[in-house]
Amino acid sequence: MTLGYTVFYLSVLVLIPITACFLKASTLSFHEFWGAVWTERARAAYYLTFGAAFIAALVNLVLGLLLAWVLVRYSFPGKKIVDSLVDLPLALPTAVGGLVYASLYVQKGWLGQYLVPLGIRGAYTRLGIVLVLVFVGLPFVVRTVQPILEDLDPESEEAAASLGSTRWQAFRNVILPTLYPALITGFALAFARGIGEYGSVVFVSGNMPYKTEIAPILIVARLEEFAYGEATAIAVVLLVISFIMLVLINRLERWSMRHEY
Amino acid sequence: MSTEALVKSSAVTLTIRRHAQEDAAWVRWSLTLFALAVVGLLVVVPVVNVFAEALSEGLRAYWNNLFADPDTRQSIFLTLTVVPIALVANVVFGLAAAWAVARFNFPGRTLLTALIDLPFSVSPVVAGLMFVLIFGLQGYLGPLLRRDGYSVMPYLISILGVGLFILLFFLFRPNSHQRSQAFWKYPWLSVPIGSAAVFSLLFFIQQYFHIWPRNQSLKIIFATPGLVLATAFVTFPFVARELIPVMEAVGADEELAAVSLGASGWRMFWDVTVPNIKWGLVYGIILCNARAIGEFGAVYVVSGHIAGKTDTMPLRIEKLFQEYNLPGSFAVASLLTLVAIFTLIAKATLERKIPTTAGLPEPKANETQL
Repeated sequence: MTLGYTVFYLSVLVLIPITACFLKASTLSFHEFWGAVWTERARAAYYLTFGAAFIAALVNLVLGLLLAWVLVRYSFPGKKIVDSLVDLPLALPTAVGGLVYASLYVQKGWLGQYLVPLGIRGAYTRLGIVLVLVFVGLPFVVRTVQPILEDLDPESEEAAASLGSTRWQAFRNVILPTLYPALITGFALAFARGIGEYGSVVFVSGNMPYKTEIAPILIVARLEEFAYGEATAIAVVLLVISFIMLVLINRLERWSMRHEY
Repeated sequence: MSTEALVKSSAVTLTIRRHAQEDAAWVRWSLTLFALAVVGLLVVVPVVNVFAEALSEGLRAYWNNLFADPDTRQSIFLTLTVVPIALVANVVFGLAAAWAVARFNFPGRTLLTALIDLPFSVSPVVAGLMFVLIFGLQGYLGPLLRRDGYSVMPYLISILGVGLFILLFFLFRPNSHQRSQAFWKYPWLSVPIGSAAVFSLLFFIQQYFHIWPRNQSLKIIFATPGLVLATAFVTFPFVARELIPVMEAVGADEELAAVSLGASGWRMFWDVTVPNIKWGLVYGIILCNARAIGEFGAVYVVSGHIAGKTDTMPLRIEKLFQEYNLPGSFAVASLLTLVAIFTLIAKATLERKIPTTAGLPEPKANETQL
């Protein structure tokens, strides 16, 4: 009974819309589809979407590991507050995040007044997109690495130390390998979020075709021209990619669970 | 080996033990400072900036920005209508889905859990587009709804009524067999007959009293129903994903005990299941609520941006931003930031509460997604 209801709700909310999306795309001929999906503007948008998401996820990988390490291993005043602040990008509406980042880094903004004279423009540029994606994806790596680091057995580190390795060697050869699965999962989550992100980027990027236009913004632009077919074609490309990401993340999670210590 | 050497070596291992997990002071301090700088720069400065900008022209201007502008007022009101509806729908769905996944084993169970995760990886813009394709003017159902939109309502309501009837039937069916009357005894007979009766009764009432206007278009896209649908799509995983691990951890034993002692399904649910999963449920609702209020991409596509009609708060922020009315947009943003901060506080409090009451497994990667 509840199963029936679940399936009903899922099919109204998920299955039928997705089918509609693919149906609409299938009414296009192959040429039309390819023409919509592989224009120069679309290529620039994919390139930017994936590039920015990838760089942001890499930055998050490093920052996330650092934050998780500091939060688990060290104690300092205000640690609990910092710990919950890490979740803020998840709780804060993306529109607010985008708005603030846009106004922080413009010439008159709090940070922009120091950075713009140095030639660093953090608003309406690709750098701005990466920055805001770093903000949005910050919690993922921290939250995947943190529990693993907490459960880490101190004995392996003791063994390394008693065998005469330095702290750095112990970290590189003993701790880091056990964290790989969690790191990769966090990276994939941040990357997936970065690909789909729209609300914050729309404020920061300035949406110039070929320059600072990401794929979801291109879809909206096509929609506003009432070019539903073309918009759907690009949407299908993104959908297929997010399916692949979903399968990948599921695999990774199962893998990292098997590797938990 | 002399005892002296032994004592010495054990002292050495002790110091190694103590120092094995400890970094040099300068490493500790520089890493901590760097981490604080990262959080400060990425998170704290923006939040402070929101309030500084919102209040930059004084409290009175702030107040006027929020409540003197009718469009902004309307957007707050709209968000307060859309979010609760989506929330209620998702809580009911989350309970049902978690129940099905945690208590039963059926073919396609893995597929179901994968589908529940889907909105996490689908771009919100694509989600919005899917609904436009179905209900939009050029969509699959759009033209039908436009011509005589409300003609579907009697069917919809009647089908919902039948669903409710079947649900109530199985919930209130007493399971001790001595007391059972014929009505409860033969579900394969009484359910179809009852369903048919409920359906025709509801249908008749609606037609007879002309509840729904005829030959008018039922707007879904560029209207509130579309906003609700899009919001519900983006946020439905939260409650379900929080509840599934909790229900699996609690197990079915207590429920089985309740049923075997003669409780009806309804009583078992309220007296046994709900208290067990209470905090997980609250947690899911909080996360779902935060995301629903802030949803931008999906809502952006389906709303149509009719000022004072279909702008939710995040959309209003964007519009004010485009109009170069920065204080106004920051004023709305500050409200949403307050909601986010409350969410974090509530989350921290709950996390302290959960381990003592329900024995929750620690949150995994996907469960922290908001």
